Amino acid sequence: MTTSSPPPPTASETASAPDIPTFAGMQPEHRAIIAGCAREVTLKPGEVLFREGDVADTLYLIRAGTVAIEMFVPTRGTITIETVGAGDVVGWSWLFPPYRLRFDARALSAVTAGAVEASCLRARMAADPELGYDLLFHLAKVLAERLSATRMRLLDVYRNPAQP
Amino acid sequence: MSTGTRPSPEVAATVGPAAGALTPRLFRVAGRAQQTHDTWTLRLVPGDGGAPLVAAPGQFTMLYAFGVGEVPLSVSSGSSGATPLVHTVRAVGAVTEAICAAKPGDALGVRGPFGRGWPLDETLGRDVLLIAGGLGLAPLWPVIQWILRRRDDIGHVSVLVGSRTPADVLYRAELAHLAARPDIQAVVTVDAADPGWDGRVGVVTALLPQARFDPARTVAFSCGPEIMMRLTAQALVDAGVPAHRVHLSMERNMHCGVGHCGRCQLGPLLLCLDGPVCDYDRLGPLLRIREL
Amino acid sequence: MTAVPSGPIDAACVVPPAGLGVLIDALRKRGYKVVGPTVRDRAIVYDEITDAGQLPVGWTDVQEAAGYRLERRDDEARFGYAVGPHSWKQFLLPPRLRLARIQRTVDGGGNGAGGGDDSAESVADRDGFTIEEEPPPTTRLALIGARSCELRAIAMQDRILVDGRYPDPDYTVRRDGLFIVAVNCHEPGGTCFCVSMDAGPAVRRDSGYDLLLSEILDGEHRFLVEAGTARGAELLAELSVLAGTGGAGITAPGMGAEAEDVGTGPAARPVTPADRAAAQAAVERAAARMGRAVDADGLRDLLAANLEHPRWDDVADRCLTCGNCTMVCPTCFCLTVEDVGDLAGGEAERWRSWESCFSLDHSYLHGGAVRGSGRSRYRQWLTHKFGTWHDQFGSSGCVGCGRCITWCPVGIDVTEELAAIRMNPAPGDPVP
Repeated sequence: MTTSSPPPPTASETASAPDIPTFAGMQPEHRAIIAGCAREVTLKPGEVLFREGDVADTLYLIRAGTVAIEMFVPTRGTITIETVGAGDVVGWSWLFPPYRLRFDARALSAVTAGAVEASCLRARMAADPELGYDLLFHLAKVLAERLSATRMRLLDVYRNPAQP
Repeated sequence: MSTGTRPSPEVAATVGPAAGALTPRLFRVAGRAQQTHDTWTLRLVPGDGGAPLVAAPGQFTMLYAFGVGEVPLSVSSGSSGATPLVHTVRAVGAVTEAICAAKPGDALGVRGPFGRGWPLDETLGRDVLLIAGGLGLAPLWPVIQWILRRRDDIGHVSVLVGSRTPADVLYRAELAHLAARPDIQAVVTVDAADPGWDGRVGVVTALLPQARFDPARTVAFSCGPEIMMRLTAQALVDAGVPAHRVHLSMERNMHCGVGHCGRCQLGPLLLCLDGPVCDYDRLGPLLRIREL
Repeated sequence: MTAVPSGPIDAACVVPPAGLGVLIDALRKRGYKVVGPTVRDRAIVYDEITDAGQLPVGWTDVQEAAGYRLERRDDEARFGYAVGPHSWKQFLLPPRLRLARIQRTVDGGGNGAGGGDDSAESVADRDGFTIEEEPPPTTRLALIGARSCELRAIAMQDRILVDGRYPDPDYTVRRDGLFIVAVNCHEPGGTCFCVSMDAGPAVRRDSGYDLLLSEILDGEHRFLVEAGTARGAELLAELSVLAGTGGAGITAPGMGAEAEDVGTGPAARPVTPADRAAAQAAVERAAARMGRAVDADGLRDLLAANLEHPRWDDVADRCLTCGNCTMVCPTCFCLTVEDVGDLAGGEAERWRSWESCFSLDHSYLHGGAVRGSGRSRYRQWLTHKFGTWHDQFGSSGCVGCGRCITWCPVGIDVTEELAAIRMNPAPGDPVP
């Protein structure tokens, strides 16, 4: 493992860092670093991004389309927990050991996304605390929003009050 | 603020007769369709030889089941006189169970229409967001019909529908038709999915980022459980829609429908007269106070 | 033949206490059911009275928070007390009223289209119901002894139930036939604060009374009787005639020599400036002896800005949510309508009754009460009465009669609660 930090992005890399809505508030050079670890992917409807138990090695930044986060429940089948779309992120298990995915993810429609290589990103974050803070701040924002929404769903606001 | 908040008598006269306000008129069930395991849509026509009931979208009637009681129900019919009165009813208690059990030919009593409906004219020249939660789609349905008749005068139109589970989605076939239209963006999401649901899963506000609207020239109508409307309204305001352009259909214990019994109060508002549709500029501070 | 003074709304005379008996008789002869104050169950209540002896002669009331008792006076004043637990609303807005009878009907069989076809627009006549609305009341009421605060309360309800967008048919009929004999207060109670609410004690000229009595106890015990309507003047003229024979004629001011001599009894006589001064003085003394006071200025905004004030927790610890205050309050008019069916399912009756915002039923919605806590229900009552009543009905809802203070079993005093909130407004509360 190299101990030298990767070179900072060039001016042209910064300028051409693709637009990632989730991270729009991040510093441009940080966005460029992330872009440097990423490649564009296109998924066909039904194509699997990852399965429960896989190694978490990718942060997906959805540009277009809808992705279903799913779980296979024995005797019930595959159930969608949540769907996410443009501007959303998929996969955060790459942040913490044992880097293992807990859900399935599948494209519901045609999807274009930036697929960021986790090990590349982890190395950059370890070397550059400011990048780490900036990224985690913005990731945390997304996760907080998701958690709030999930809590609202737990409240079961549409239930029939006459039924226990 | 004075009684100037009341609709003037002239306005009142345009949205339904005051006669039949205190005594139910006899209507008959002309048609009945089950929507979900606990929700039915009834079509009602006058059974007393009188004129059909014309209600503005967003108004409500008090529907009466003989010997059981009355409940307030938003109208789901359009505002032309030719259509029967349509109500989508969820069985949540004795009266609504009796109403949901009514078969074609059965008699039900109707008082109304009452209340202030959706400000439809505000949609002209603007983008429109219709955000429905659960049964809240029922009072918004006539708005969709109204918009479709004037589609060219209105900007982008998004209909976002949140539901408990796929089985609880109302007007499924009609929503599918709507979603197929190129001039309307209609998306349905559920809180909890079953196997085989390949649509969106999540809270209805999560659909907002994908809706097309210019906040500065958008009007939003929302109806659903209060907590859902509150969060939706806040999300809209956070997205830049002016609070006075966000309209909610509020619910309280409507009882007399004519502003006498006092049971539908929400702070300074008598929801049977000042509502049920009110804008978030007025409602916002009131909704933040618990048990108001 | 009695000549009725034409158009003299300032007709007046002075009668001795016996004149009240004449008044009551005259009203009953005209077919009115007379209701007025009378002693019953150790309180002064409003009930039918058939003769003047049933008035609370020589009684007074001693009122305090959670306290009411009667005491004997030194004199024989007919109206020497404030107000009791009753208000006139029980007569205009009865506690229980049948609105309609609903009969299930079975029509003749239709044309066989009753198969439940969802798409059928023509429907066979099957069962139905007919609704027979309750006919309007035919009894006309005459109120004896209506105070300024009570007239204000009636006027408030008139604005909503008679002149509002949806008039109430029953109330309108009762109100239309009502004959009002008002009374100027000369003995305010320990919980009265009508002065603070600008609702008394003097009855205002435009209050809508037919006759106004001012009881004078200085010197000779007498009543100044003033007409407020043509109907009242007509009765006043007859009062003078029936009170006796002979004596100087009564003329209405301004009628001069053209007026016919309508005759007087030995009892009824014309009004002198001394009478007017004594009546005026009595009411001014009353105004100076209010048991309570409250700063009513800007209460609407004050309450709207203090909906989370800690005082609500404080009063919640005391309030039993018994609803007494709403029952005795002359302006509270929340109602509930219930259908009561017979067991055979053939007939139902629709009944309207008084409801209180303190009941859990009042704000019931979707399986629970919106205002579940006592705190929220007390807050609703007080902020409605003194605050949002302005938004809904264009004025304060309180007339300062003090009944809610007297009849609260734990002695919650609205003037105290309001003062507590005003003195220490909570910063940062949202202002609607």
